[in-house]
Amino acid sequence: MSVFITRRILQSLVVVFVMSLLVFFGVNIVGDPVDMLINPEADQEDIEAAIRALGLDRPIHEQYWYFLVNALKGDLGKSFIFAEPALKLILQRMPATLELAFAAMFLAVVIGIPLGVFAGLRPHSKVSKTIMAGSILGFSLPTFWVGLMFIMIFAVMLGWLPSTGRGETTSLLGIQVSFLTLDGLSHLLLPALNLALFKMSLVIRLARAGTREVALQDYIKFARAKGLSPSRVVLVHVMKNILIPVVTVLGLELGGVIAFAVVTETVFAWPGMGKLLIDSIQLLDRPVVVAYLMITVLMFIVINLVVDILYSILDPRVRLKDVKS
Amino acid sequence: MKLLKLPVAALAAMLVALPVSQAGANELTIGLASEPSSIDPHFHNLGPNNAVARVMFDRLIMPDDKQRLLPGLAVSWKAIDDLTWEFKLRQGVKFHDGSPFTADDVVFTFQRAPDVEGSPSSFGTYLKGKTITRIDDYTVHIKTERPYPLMPNDMSTFSIVSRKHGEGAKTQDYNSGKATVGTGAYKFVEYVPGDRIVLERNENYWGDKPEWTRVTLKAIKSGPSRVAALLAGDVDLIEQTPTADIERLKNDANLTLSQGISNRVIYLHLDHDRDSSPFVKAKDGGDIKNPLKDQRVRMAISHAINRDAIVSRVMEGIAIKAGQLLPEGFFGRSPNLKPVEYDPALAKRHLSEAGVGDGFKLTIHGPNDRYINDAKIAEAVAQMLTRAGIQTDVVTMPRSVYFKRASRGGPDGTPEFSFILVGWGSGTGEASSPLKSLIHTYDKSRGFGASNRGRYSNAEVDKLIEDALATVDDAKRQDLLARATEIAINDGAIIPLHYQVNTWAARKGIKYRARTDEATVATDVISE
Repeated sequence: MSVFITRRILQSLVVVFVMSLLVFFGVNIVGDPVDMLINPEADQEDIEAAIRALGLDRPIHEQYWYFLVNALKGDLGKSFIFAEPALKLILQRMPATLELAFAAMFLAVVIGIPLGVFAGLRPHSKVSKTIMAGSILGFSLPTFWVGLMFIMIFAVMLGWLPSTGRGETTSLLGIQVSFLTLDGLSHLLLPALNLALFKMSLVIRLARAGTREVALQDYIKFARAKGLSPSRVVLVHVMKNILIPVVTVLGLELGGVIAFAVVTETVFAWPGMGKLLIDSIQLLDRPVVVAYLMITVLMFIVINLVVDILYSILDPRVRLKDVKS
Repeated sequence: MKLLKLPVAALAAMLVALPVSQAGANELTIGLASEPSSIDPHFHNLGPNNAVARVMFDRLIMPDDKQRLLPGLAVSWKAIDDLTWEFKLRQGVKFHDGSPFTADDVVFTFQRAPDVEGSPSSFGTYLKGKTITRIDDYTVHIKTERPYPLMPNDMSTFSIVSRKHGEGAKTQDYNSGKATVGTGAYKFVEYVPGDRIVLERNENYWGDKPEWTRVTLKAIKSGPSRVAALLAGDVDLIEQTPTADIERLKNDANLTLSQGISNRVIYLHLDHDRDSSPFVKAKDGGDIKNPLKDQRVRMAISHAINRDAIVSRVMEGIAIKAGQLLPEGFFGRSPNLKPVEYDPALAKRHLSEAGVGDGFKLTIHGPNDRYINDAKIAEAVAQMLTRAGIQTDVVTMPRSVYFKRASRGGPDGTPEFSFILVGWGSGTGEASSPLKSLIHTYDKSRGFGASNRGRYSNAEVDKLIEDALATVDDAKRQDLLARATEIAINDGAIIPLHYQVNTWAARKGIKYRARTDEATVATDVISE
């Protein structure tokens, strides 16, 4: 296993380097941040001073070299707009996004798996058909539209939940979290549900397909014949065996949810990283965009590694070893 | 199904037990369209930052909702000779911590404002070439190298900070609130980047007593979400109400809309410079001598545009058609200019007189996320010109890409496009701002024509603008600015389309004094 991990880490370094090239040059050929930053009343002299102050008068390969050297020291550059380290800005907003992402994943799993298993066990019942139809909607309705509908229904028409923002936060191990207060939870529910909807549909379909396959296996028949209670058969024998595809997909999706909760965060004005990213893209705050994408790359690499390890725990037949390609 | 029970129960409990978050009568929550990048009033000279700074920090001269210059921390000002302005400061003003405001704080602000570390756009624009001298505790003199009539306008643009708290303070110290001590109507309470800014009333404010005890500013970038937050009662007031929703909100008995014209003119700039312009082609696609250099063609384009249709259809009635650089009520405006009439026959005649009666091909470039309905306006203009015989294509792009290309995307940093849609808001609230930046010949060494993306150049107009900028006498300067405007507009230097009208929406019982500078300022929110 250690050989496997070492090899993966080496591969990852190459990926990170190539990505840094692509991201840096990609982001730097678009537009000119000075036009976004400078007051329109400024004259040519002011504009040139601003260009120099941001280091944009240097050739791009030189800018990249600075970036690379500093990145190795853990400094991913300073935001043009906030004049603060990009990494700090992102980390500041990370807890809000992580909270939202985990809440969404939690909802997707606790609602998705039971519904999926149910639909798998009784594929022909009306309820199952409704669940499956619902999951198609969950897949195909655009997130921003569903988000706005949630706001219209639950905040505007019914007035049950607040429409936007994060609500009250409390400190947990030095991190600001909102799920420990009622006000925070009420702010969290709609965006989490909005973000969860797509994943939930995914989980429902995976769980249903898995259940239908597993339910016909000999060991399930045997468990039944042995006289185990139906709940034990489902909760232990079926559930455990459908979890592998679910864990794989969710692991991959988790990265996506954390990195690109952009739409949900924008619709609900959730002060997370996604909102920071979209603002930075629109205002051409290049250092933040680059830092964000680099962090995303690292995150995906780590998550994939963790998923592989989880695999081996869930399924004893899977052993991590150095497979020759 | 055991798994299901717990979360469902929790959900149900939450739905029932939710507190209805209703702010107290004297608290105000505002939904902003864009978030300030800092609380440091001198960090970034940009709209959202200035709007927030304005209520915490006073300025020497405070522009009101119509950008008229009213006494702020200065009670009076006058030019005592051609090169010196004298400002008398307000006595008895206290900073939020109780320390007195004196000339030292003004002198200190002059040092700090143009020189903030990492500032992406500094206030140096308004402070360079000026030296300040403290005469006594409540008098300062500001000297310039040349006669400078815009001194009061410039002094109305930046916040006066406390020397005691500001000395050595970095932008972070303002963001954390440590140095955020002003003389303004509201005191700083809390700033959570990306989420909210909280302010509370300054009980000892020298001016009109602020109405709200506590003000929370929330950035809600997405337009529909902002409207929803207002409808749900989570915010009391929103800015930049999407035009598509205005009709519906108007009919909502629980809401009040406040509308006001802005200082922003939406206009077309044309290539006055190149003989062969990259986006002007002959009918068959071949090269053509740039017809936009002919005044008759420029007037033909102006006559071919139906401004009433743009205002009523594209802008849904929420705009005012424009005939010059600034709407009524602003200094330096010409009383003689009217919006050009829609007259397609005259447009055709002008075109044939100019020898391009058969028309030509043109591309209009514009942003699609900068001004209200910008892309739609470009499309409407293109259709109108096409009908008049000038076959016009439309290309719109995000402003992050657009402005670089429009300003210096061509070879050697020249403007890339031939025919563009742009807007200009006069930050100083008078006509020299657009004249100097848009109309005056591009002159890098003297700082003229920085946004003259059509490279218009007219020696007579240049002379008038420069004379105006050196004339301290208001009546004479008004004349010079008006004459410069008339000549430039009649020459087709730019083609004005309309003035933007901004809409604020609030819950019933609250009104907003719509500001011409488009800012959302808590002190202009009033209850009925």
